Amino acid sequence: MNLTQILFWFLSVLTLGGALMVVISKNPVHSILFLIITFFAISGHYVLLNAQFLAVVNVIVYAGAIMVLFLFVVMLMNLNAESEPSKNKYLLYIGTIAGSSLLLVLVAALKKSNDITQAIQLKDGDIGLIKNLGAVLFTNYVFPFEISSVLFLSAMIGAVIIAKKETSI
Amino acid sequence: MPISYYIFLATALFTIGVIGVLVRRNAIIIFMCVELMLNAANLLLVAFSKMHNLKLGAYYPMRAADAQVFVFFIMVVAAAEVSVGLAIIVMMYRNTHSVDVNFLNRLKN
Repeated sequence: MNLTQILFWFLSVLTLGGALMVVISKNPVHSILFLIITFFAISGHYVLLNAQFLAVVNVIVYAGAIMVLFLFVVMLMNLNAESEPSKNKYLLYIGTIAGSSLLLVLVAALKKSNDITQAIQLKDGDIGLIKNLGAVLFTNYVFPFEISSVLFLSAMIGAVIIAKKETSI
Repeated sequence: MPISYYIFLATALFTIGVIGVLVRRNAIIIFMCVELMLNAANLLLVAFSKMHNLKLGAYYPMRAADAQVFVFFIMVVAAAEVSVGLAIIVMMYRNTHSVDVNFLNRLKN
């Protein structure tokens, strides 16, 4: 087992453990902190796959901006473990069983695929570097890039309008 | 390393997100589980791009970069989605003083 595999397993355990703790933990603030751990582990996976640009964007956008927004909203509402809504025990079991059977079906369907053993390129290949991704983004995908700016503008306006107190509508 | 490791990792991550959406009643945690599912898809896209780059990179050097551009766009859409979704949750908390999704079983009132 070489260093790359050790890193892969370490990051996978961190990712799945963090994701499980997001679902399990009662306190929403703890959930958010575990989700940050998960996002950092996924960024580590991106570095391992030599997609450095996406790793940096993942840290900045997800672990930085989005998680700060979540923490801000949770602390604004003063949520804690006591304010956790009461839930039905049967709903918990049924949800877990349904999700596990989804995992079972997906694994059973994918296990028999022909291409499942194809090798993956770790640690080398330069398509994930900013230079190459930027060239692709601004030649082939320049129109979607501009459309996404319109999407951001509409999301910004929509968020302001929705969250504003209704005074005179 | 074969692609199957990444496929099963992303599948497990996606399933944890699905279970979280089904089990939890807190709107913010449901939202975070949706983010988990998006990240599982992102991870799988990057893994497939590296798989195809290993096979076709000698002939089409930039072809596999498309998947990573897609991941970039997914992150853009996720950021916009989070801003609108959290605004909706704030509005819901202001009206019902709770983030329990069971209060949202009807559109009217």
